[in-house]
Amino acid sequence: MFDDFFTRALVAGIGVALTAGPLGCFVVWRRMAYFGDTMAHSALLGVALSLFFQINLLIAVFGVAVVVSLLLLALQRRQSLSADALLGILSHSALAIGLVLVAFMTWVRIDLIAFLFGDILAVTRTDIALIWGGGVLVLAALAWLWRPLIASTVSEDVAEAEGMKPAQTRLLFMLLMALVIAIAMKIVGIMLITALLIIPAATARRFSASPELMAVLASVIGALAVIGGLFGSLHYDTPSGPSIVVAALLLFILSLLPAAGKNTAEKAGNQGVR
Amino acid sequence: MLMSNRAHAAKTESQLVSLADAGIRRDGRWLVRGVDFSIRRGEVVTLIGPNGAGKSTTAKLAIGVLRPDEGSVARLSGLRVGYVPQKLSIDWTMPLSVRRLMRLTAPLDDADLLAALASTGISHLIDAEVRHLSGGEFQRALLARAIARKPDLMVLDEPVQGVDFAGESALYDLIRSIRNSTGCGILMISHDLHMVMAGTDTVICLNGHVCCRGTPEVVSQSADYLKLFGNSRSLAVYSHHHDHTHLPDGRVMHGDGSVTDHCHPDDGHHHQDAHHHAHDHDHSHHHHGDHAEAKGEGRV
Repeated sequence: MFDDFFTRALVAGIGVALTAGPLGCFVVWRRMAYFGDTMAHSALLGVALSLFFQINLLIAVFGVAVVVSLLLLALQRRQSLSADALLGILSHSALAIGLVLVAFMTWVRIDLIAFLFGDILAVTRTDIALIWGGGVLVLAALAWLWRPLIASTVSEDVAEAEGMKPAQTRLLFMLLMALVIAIAMKIVGIMLITALLIIPAATARRFSASPELMAVLASVIGALAVIGGLFGSLHYDTPSGPSIVVAALLLFILSLLPAAGKNTAEKAGNQGVR
Repeated sequence: MLMSNRAHAAKTESQLVSLADAGIRRDGRWLVRGVDFSIRRGEVVTLIGPNGAGKSTTAKLAIGVLRPDEGSVARLSGLRVGYVPQKLSIDWTMPLSVRRLMRLTAPLDDADLLAALASTGISHLIDAEVRHLSGGEFQRALLARAIARKPDLMVLDEPVQGVDFAGESALYDLIRSIRNSTGCGILMISHDLHMVMAGTDTVICLNGHVCCRGTPEVVSQSADYLKLFGNSRSLAVYSHHHDHTHLPDGRVMHGDGSVTDHCHPDDGHHHQDAHHHAHDHDHSHHHHGDHAEAKGEGRV
């Protein structure tokens, strides 16, 4: 069944989108879009390190994303610079160091464009196993963390006062994000991972009356974007990542049309009518 | 004098939380220091003080959201807290109904949920989205959420902000009746001395440290309080004669003319320290029209 490269890309892409949906909702609710971008950009540094030390790509990317997010937390605690300035520094530095390192390694030839923007030709059976295995792990962890995550998203103080551990929750959330970035990299590419996290979640907002519904809808919308984008990519011979993001954007624009969410977001007591 | 040893009553097992000489320091400044009080079951303690006095910080110390940099905070193990924070900003992209908000930190059965909403008068808003609530409605929802938890200790940071005047006394009546029926302790923060009067056992006035404390009766019998009360209900005009002055840069000029980086009960600059936790203020309350002192002081 997975003999065809396109089928493999579809299965892998849908797996990524289903995982990214609920996680992306938290990225939107917690206003962590730029943070996600920073972690994603650091993935190229992971790629370079994986090539240099000949270690597993997934592990290297995951490891670097975790280190960068911990670094960011530590720097934020010092409060010497605003969070977005720190993110800007880390995000672009990680990307630049990754590019420089890759350029230094003249003995390896890598398809940089494939890493930056995704490559459907590159999806292997192992990738599918990793994406679905990792995806199930991420979704199970999210389900387990759901109440503390929602509570600390609304108010870390209230969560802490009422017996939860928001700092621990935040840390686990970052690990999940690092994992999703590592598994999504091949499909959508380093530069566009955050788009797959944010755009489906933002699209789902207008049709959702509860956080749970929004998470499920974000997964579905993400999967639709992946299907549309990959078919577009095949048809027009465009890179897979940008094609998926364009498809997601089209769905988002559709959701903004007045008829689409007529009696939802704009009115009180919304019932989530489609 | 407003001093009272009531909050210092012999430590008993009924103490839900007690702060001993607790202080918290941020960026080289003490937000609050030398804070010393406890809350027993069934007791209502109200913190009052000007903006930036450290009221919310003190409440967060009491419930463990902040950890003290000096002194200690002891809580009964397994203490169940219901917290209404002063500010709560929910990103509008999160679709959150009042019903869902009620179950934020723990599951809750429908009967308790409905009863709590009914008690704060917002049963009709159960399916409304939180971001569409008015300020007062949102406060009622937060209060209902704290009540529904059936906590041992309720910490209410300006719980009636934005609530209309009639609703205000109704909510205070409700809080008092919850205390009476469940015997929970209540730590309340208020900027309104008039409303504090009704059900409070102990009033603690903060201004970076505990300026004074006492029963509302003692406070209300003071001629200066009546003078204050006659002029305005707002605490913004409530002020002490300090034996020290808070300078605009956060340093403190003491009565003896010396200047230090902070003021602390044991630093020797305070002229008489019969009570280890408090200054000997001249507790006459004056109505300063512009209240320059409190405005200019910043945090200690």
